[in-house]
Amino acid sequence: MMIYALGFAAACFGLALLMNLWRLVKGPEASDRILALDTMVINVIALLILLGIGLGTAVFFEVAMLFALVGFVSTVAYCRFLLRGDIIE
Amino acid sequence: MNHDLPLWADLAVSLFLVLGAVFGLVGSWGLIRLPDPMTRLHAPTKATTLGIGGVLISSMLLTFARDGVVSTHELLITLFLVLTSPITALFIGKVHLHLRQDRSALPRPATGAGWAGYTAEGPARGVRESARPSVPPAGEAPRTSD
Repeated sequence: MMIYALGFAAACFGLALLMNLWRLVKGPEASDRILALDTMVINVIALLILLGIGLGTAVFFEVAMLFALVGFVSTVAYCRFLLRGDIIE
Repeated sequence: MNHDLPLWADLAVSLFLVLGAVFGLVGSWGLIRLPDPMTRLHAPTKATTLGIGGVLISSMLLTFARDGVVSTHELLITLFLVLTSPITALFIGKVHLHLRQDRSALPRPATGAGWAGYTAEGPARGVRESARPSVPPAGEAPRTSD
């Protein structure tokens, strides 16, 4: 039964990634695009954890942790560039 | 995928997987459904907390049922996401406020002190000069550069 739940969850997060891509392309303002990128990182983290569950390994937790770190730093750097014109002043 | 799980673990892992997936889908659907950038900021928090949380809880349950040990990697990821998502939301909201041109359309704060996002010194993009109030509100602390 878990294999069906895994497939359902992967399909849901893949569909969520497509929705975020739509908002990323269409988003009328820069903040929408940054928010779409941030949500894409979140969904990719969920997909990585699902892959780790499916393959039965614990390696993907480190990968998901790295994705969370890099996603946070990139979002803050993007916002900072738009707010101040520079990332590190 | 032949883990020989007991039935309760199989059911619980499946339940939390489906719950997390539904919340992730709802968060992204709200991202394209809601009409305003500030309301759009609200939607993906569901995907961050409940979606990722459900998937991570199912992963913890699976590890506990299969190997008999409690895994703490998931708690680290949850802690990091919960710590960083308010900062991200604050920055995205500030970007939206700064890049917005019709500042008079915003509601006035009750104290008349102006919105906190507009009171910082040093406009880098030159959009803050016209909207700065001529009289600085009382009680505003002198600001050091961040």
